[in-house]
Amino acid sequence: MIESGSEMTRVNDTILRIAHNAGLKDAKVYVTVTGIIMSGGVSDVGAQVGSIDKRSFDLEKVAKVNELSRSFAAKQIDIQNFYDQLIHIDDIVGTFPLWVQEIGAGIVSGTLVVVFRNNLADFWITFLVGMVGWAVLYFLNIYVQIRFLSEFLAAAAVAALAILSVQFGLGHQADDIIVGGMMPLVPGIPLTNAVRDALSGNLISGPARGIEALISACALGFGVAIALHFM
Amino acid sequence: MELFIIKCFCVYLSGVGFGLIVNLPHKALNIAGFNALLGWLVYYVIINAWGGLGSANFFGGLCIGVVSVLIARWKKMPSILFDVPGLVPLVPGGQAYNAIKSFAMGSYESAFSYLSEVVWIAGSIALGFIVAELVNKIRLRIEHEFIKGHQKF
Repeated sequence: MIESGSEMTRVNDTILRIAHNAGLKDAKVYVTVTGIIMSGGVSDVGAQVGSIDKRSFDLEKVAKVNELSRSFAAKQIDIQNFYDQLIHIDDIVGTFPLWVQEIGAGIVSGTLVVVFRNNLADFWITFLVGMVGWAVLYFLNIYVQIRFLSEFLAAAAVAALAILSVQFGLGHQADDIIVGGMMPLVPGIPLTNAVRDALSGNLISGPARGIEALISACALGFGVAIALHFM
Repeated sequence: MELFIIKCFCVYLSGVGFGLIVNLPHKALNIAGFNALLGWLVYYVIINAWGGLGSANFFGGLCIGVVSVLIARWKKMPSILFDVPGLVPLVPGGQAYNAIKSFAMGSYESAFSYLSEVVWIAGSIALGFIVAELVNKIRLRIEHEFIKGHQKF
């Protein structure tokens, strides 16, 4: 769940609720953004540790786990069934195919140009640039696993394409196209989660997520800056 | 006026589009879009009626925070599904870009003035969320008391 971008309090609650319903009354759990430590409160079983290395966002997975744990609490499914479904969560929850994500990225980019900059003329070109930016991010995340490099290159690609499109007469305002094309890349979920985690008193996870969001925002910024410099 | 209607439509679409990127459940997409529209309308009305970036973003964030918890209760889904797409139209993208551009061009003075605007906007959205959390806690308390009072009589 943490990998998919849920907030810490929800993870904590869910684990405790599952443990409670499975008959472990004294279960204790300690959740941070990089790992989970949990003990069942039974003397002859040790604590378990799980570590979390990569974080992305997949809110449907969060919703699905939430739903499963609720139906487990309501005794609609037994613990074996519940465990099986959790193990196969990646197969149950389908992600949108790439082309739907691309359209999503395009819509976000195109519409926000109109909202932020009152610029109707650049809708379609921004739509395309946003799609390309998201595709760069998507494939780099799959093939090159270096953190923050994919954000950097995607931002550079967006800025370069925007400037080129204006030079070829397809767009009107390079600045507006860049603003729109960057919007799908902005780390929105980590930022909101950082605020929420810090507010709910989880002073380790909140700032940790905040730093993560800050670094990816900086990577985006440098990407744009470099493209602006060389074009 | 025409532009306003187009903008409303665009805000709704941007909420849905962001939902597609972060893989929202299908049922939540439409509502997330409307949530984004509601938050942005609050922002738009306030910034045009009274002005002031801070208060407009504050009330936008507050509205999104409260409404998404209500929807979450109604649809029995986590509230984070609705508030993240809701925030998309409020993000200070333009100012952040201007700040970066000024840094890259070496005009640090305007860069810092844009940067402080970004911090101010982001801070007021975050503050709106904090107050939304408070409102939700108070609402829960009131409902709780109300149910208890009913059981007594």
